[in-house]
Amino acid sequence: MPDAPGLELIRGEIERDRPGAVLDTSFDRGQAALNVDPGQLLAVLGWLRDEPGQRYAFLSSLHVADYLPAEPRFGVHYELLNRDRCERLRVKAMLADPGEDALPAIDSCVELFPTAEAQEREAFDFFGIEFRGHPNLTRILLPDDYVGWPQRRDFPVGGEPVTFTYSERNYG
Amino acid sequence: MAELELRPDRTEEVMTINIGPHHPATHGVLRLVVDLEGEIVKDLRPVIGYVHTGIEKSCEDKSYWKVIPFVERMDYVSYFFQMEAYCGAVERLIELEIPPRAVYLRTLFLELCRIHSHLVWLGTTALDIGAISMLWYCFRERDRILDLFEMATGQRMHTRYFQVGGVIEDIPLGFEQKCRAFVEEMPVRVGQYEALLDRNEVFLQRTKGVGAVSRERLLELGVTGPLLRAAGEPWDLRKAFDYLAYPELDFKIPVGTTGDNYDRYRVRIAEMVESSRIVGQCLDALPEGPHIADDRKYVLPPRSELSTSMESLIHHFKLVTEGFRVGPGETYYAIESPRGELGCFVLADGSSKPARVHFRDPSFVNLQAFREMAVDTYVADMIASLGMLDPILGGVDR
Repeated sequence: MPDAPGLELIRGEIERDRPGAVLDTSFDRGQAALNVDPGQLLAVLGWLRDEPGQRYAFLSSLHVADYLPAEPRFGVHYELLNRDRCERLRVKAMLADPGEDALPAIDSCVELFPTAEAQEREAFDFFGIEFRGHPNLTRILLPDDYVGWPQRRDFPVGGEPVTFTYSERNYG
Repeated sequence: MAELELRPDRTEEVMTINIGPHHPATHGVLRLVVDLEGEIVKDLRPVIGYVHTGIEKSCEDKSYWKVIPFVERMDYVSYFFQMEAYCGAVERLIELEIPPRAVYLRTLFLELCRIHSHLVWLGTTALDIGAISMLWYCFRERDRILDLFEMATGQRMHTRYFQVGGVIEDIPLGFEQKCRAFVEEMPVRVGQYEALLDRNEVFLQRTKGVGAVSRERLLELGVTGPLLRAAGEPWDLRKAFDYLAYPELDFKIPVGTTGDNYDRYRVRIAEMVESSRIVGQCLDALPEGPHIADDRKYVLPPRSELSTSMESLIHHFKLVTEGFRVGPGETYYAIESPRGELGCFVLADGSSKPARVHFRDPSFVNLQAFREMAVDTYVADMIASLGMLDPILGGVDR
């Protein structure tokens, strides 16, 4: 992990070229996190991946957390890893809920990290985050005709009826 | 299901068939939509989600200590690893140190579980390739590991042995001898497996030079574990990061050269021997002392105290009814499971239930490499490659 001053150095270097790209940093329980502007996410991820001094070239995990009732509520997390220095860095992009049926959207990082393909689909499946530019953004674990985004915090547990459709149709 | 995209350069004779979800060679309920030209796989798409049970969602509705049995049931072959990833993440959130004996006991059981997982892999994969006797031999040794699990934890699978703060109880009398006898015998058994397979013509034809993917591509696809090491990349979280007792133990990381199915087999075989060594070292170095932390805010008091101490009774009641609270924060903790990087992300909001539990399951990520492993090979090679990929669908679908 970069330590707290190291994290600020990374922030400083990113801000030099892209003012406003980093909204916030946090260093909590030994884990460093950058909170970045969703609009500049790809630029930051690309810089962290390719800059010789950084080389966070491996995306360990991509996942989403719903911070309801906080605003903006959705956090897309990118757990980056530098395999030479054995350092992890979390990049976080917070997305507001646009309300109604509109989906929060962010650029897809599949071009930078091909491993994100399935993980972005999973995030879409469960949270309804739209990844712009993803080659095949469809549901991955849930059925294609599923309605709703079940991992959101306002989606109730046990909120769906268990139907045995065959029996219902024929003997209902 | 979404429409299948066929490759534009396919010929007229392409036939699209479903393999699975109910097929023994898919190691669970994996459905493969395969384009075949004669016997050659031209394209394929894994369709997953048939055993999705919403475990991550269910975890949000349970207090922290009740989540442990849930996460165990994701990857049902390496359940100790799921427990360690989750308990370790929570311990990092509450900054709870676990006592040295618990550290070693956890390491010991993780490595036994790694041998167990590789034995299941070897038995079923060899079976897929036609070596049926391997299944019985591997399951014979696997049963001895399950006996050890049962002896220490009371359960053969899904033991719920790891707790936040340590392990639920100490190993019983006689466990050490039984365990030692097993780890001394295991390298001999591994030698016997090799003798059975290494000169088996069918096995060699299906593994040597089949299913290789370059290490650069594997890294791009996020593949970790034995698959990556077989391609020559010595990457193992047990060496890279400092967790449990691994920094104090002496073990090697087997790596392959070409990254074909044969290397994948060799790497896992060698890992079983290394894991046996680790278990032996853990038994040698097992420190005395408590097996679980002494922090009454997070750890149940000993049963004997309940009848004498009012305070213990209160702690016990609070822990069992509400569970402990975890201050707001989030953490990502990754360990080396038998299939690669198993990461657990826990988001705490200050209540006694986690606000989000996410598992970065290695099977789920590794499965993305399967298409490149299997395209332009025979169907039989595809089945061999799938076995060597070793996905556990409970972990993929969660």
